[in-house]
Amino acid sequence: MDLALKPDHKAFADEVRDFARKNLSPATKEKTFSGKHYDRDDHMVWQQALGKKGWLAYTWPRKFGGPGWDVTQRFLFENVLAEEGAPRILPFGPKMVGPVIYTFGNEEQKARFLPGIRESTVSWCQGYSEPGAGSDLANLRTRAVREGDHYIVNGQKTWTSYAHWGDWIFCLVRTNTEAKAQEGISFLLIDMKTPGVTVRPIIMLDGAHAVNDVFLDNVKVPVANLVGKENEGWTCAKFLLANERLGIAEVPSSKRGVSMLRTLSDDPSMAEKIADIDLQVQALEMSELRALSTMALGGAPGPEASILKVRGSEIQQRIAELAMEACGEYAAPYQPGMLFQDTNETPIGPDHAPPAAPRYFNMRKTTIYGGSTEVQKNIVSKAILGL
Amino acid sequence: MDLSLSDEQKQLQEQAERFVRDKYAFDARRKIAATERGWLPENWAQFAELGWLGMSFSEEDGGYGGGPIETMIVMEQFGKGLVLEPFLPTVVLGGGMIARSGSKAQKEALLAPMIEGKKQFALAWLERQSRYNLADVSLKATKEGAGWSLSGHKGVVYNAASADHIIVLARTAGSAREPKGLTLFIVDGKAKGLSRRDYPTQDSLRASELTFDKVSAGADAVLGKVDEGFGIVEDGVDRAIVALCAEATGCMDAINAATLEYIKTRKQFGVPIGKFQVLQHRMVDCFTNAQEARSMTLMASLKIDDKDPVVRAKAASGAKVQIGKSGKFCGQSAVQMHGGMGVTDELSVSHYFKRLTMIDLMFGNQQHHLTRYSNLAMAA
Repeated sequence: MDLALKPDHKAFADEVRDFARKNLSPATKEKTFSGKHYDRDDHMVWQQALGKKGWLAYTWPRKFGGPGWDVTQRFLFENVLAEEGAPRILPFGPKMVGPVIYTFGNEEQKARFLPGIRESTVSWCQGYSEPGAGSDLANLRTRAVREGDHYIVNGQKTWTSYAHWGDWIFCLVRTNTEAKAQEGISFLLIDMKTPGVTVRPIIMLDGAHAVNDVFLDNVKVPVANLVGKENEGWTCAKFLLANERLGIAEVPSSKRGVSMLRTLSDDPSMAEKIADIDLQVQALEMSELRALSTMALGGAPGPEASILKVRGSEIQQRIAELAMEACGEYAAPYQPGMLFQDTNETPIGPDHAPPAAPRYFNMRKTTIYGGSTEVQKNIVSKAILGL
Repeated sequence: MDLSLSDEQKQLQEQAERFVRDKYAFDARRKIAATERGWLPENWAQFAELGWLGMSFSEEDGGYGGGPIETMIVMEQFGKGLVLEPFLPTVVLGGGMIARSGSKAQKEALLAPMIEGKKQFALAWLERQSRYNLADVSLKATKEGAGWSLSGHKGVVYNAASADHIIVLARTAGSAREPKGLTLFIVDGKAKGLSRRDYPTQDSLRASELTFDKVSAGADAVLGKVDEGFGIVEDGVDRAIVALCAEATGCMDAINAATLEYIKTRKQFGVPIGKFQVLQHRMVDCFTNAQEARSMTLMASLKIDDKDPVVRAKAASGAKVQIGKSGKFCGQSAVQMHGGMGVTDELSVSHYFKRLTMIDLMFGNQQHHLTRYSNLAMAA
């Protein structure tokens, strides 16, 4: 056992840092450290640079065009990018649908979709949740009826992150209404430009637009866009969710958050709260490394990923809460211009104050999305504890 | 970066598991706790035979070249069985401090026989007023010819009654609570002028109050250098903390397993109480706490041999914060979920709860180490 890095890993970290410094736009980096929201280009330009280097799909095996990195390299890559202020890689393509396609898709689908995901020339979004299917995801009602070589899809997806930026959406749809809830579901890829697809923004409590409703009204989808077998989409869905939970712990950005917190306040009682969250991040990081090292020996991310999601989301919330607490009453002035636009506006209070409360409000989503804390605990209770 | 156990380490883990299974069934432990010593010489002899007493010492010190990971592996199993043999005071604290700071003569006279199972140690640092401040020492050592004379009081000295030698932290210079001016002396457990009041602790270990009345110690009894004992003791305690954290993870695994089993079998309202979501989620929280404790213990075990003392101190304090928090959560939850049975002496759960509670208090509790970690992190 050893935490030390071998010289070639050190060289690798230097290479990643060097790449980030040369390719990450200063404006994007500035948004990271000042707490502004990214626009589509911040993400896409950066992701395309990573794609060109062959690093965007960094968790993929070599045979599907990934770099084939070991656990240590992935760990270093994520940490160095976070330290350099890179936006997180939007997971919908490279971390969600990509692995589903190379695991369950046919050769034609792999050839057609994987390159666009690896290079970030196609932007994806996730059509899972519905108004009546949140925590109870299998209760989804979006209906796909086969007519010749097509499915006709009708229904509504909701909470769809970045649907307004999306070229494609991967959807869970019901193809059999007779079977038990989980058994009549299929995994379908839908071009967002298809007639009948409508996106409507949902504005969040901090004023941000990141999620949407997606309406599907007689949308004609070729049968060739079905991944895996008809009615067996739940297998893909669960595989994707386990991957999602692992990445959702967001350890590297929480580490960045902790070091930013240390610069905000010299109040000793704050210092101890920061020390406490610092230690929680360390425990989470070590737990994630332990899980990854088990996976490196051939395991898949299992239900223990749920615990990482629960703790990771609570930690993100706590960091946001402490950042707001450090502002005191100067968390109160609302300056949306400083969050969403390039503006010459000056902050009313300290520089770090304008995004503090909005971020605190926004981060409440983390224990709700990707399977709420309560759902994750149900999973652990059943799958690990056998209750 | 590699987090997997070597084949030898896996064997060690199995060996320690087997020992606990064979020798530390709950009733067997009760009998051991009721003996006069509070631990079994035959078990200690077995530790020596298995090589556990020397596993974490270098080969030139007569050990087998392991380190903190080996200590972690064995201590974790000791935690599962609530093992009573004085491994922590003798091997981790006493042996470790002598190995790192002792003279050649001290190592030959003390460390080699300890590895063979023939000598035991105790560390006497605490005094009634010290609380968690290692430097708050008023027991005085004054020059007496070529040697020293020690007078004063030491408290809650674990294993003092069985120890062949007691390592005493004494003030040789400076004012109260000053780290500079402290010296460690290795004193014979039966030295003239040393008297003991022995007692059991809440968790069935043995400790003593010690009174030193002009106890003589030769110049060769000094461990390390005169007036510079504080660094040795602080470092020794940090390493002991990491070992203690491993013991705590074993306790948490055991108490969680007992609770899980209980809520699967105990029926109320016609169903096992583990069918109730409120208990399920609390059980998941226990499981999560134990996982975090294991992660922090592993992190600290991997860092406690670091060259930088600040890295070592932060690792030990960081892990101790987690162990305090997780141990309290798992302990209190286990008792609550066991209902009335949880507050009886009859089930093992209350015994794990007591040990976890005492582990938090030992060498500084959660709050103490949070403050220490915070100060170290701010200074960096």
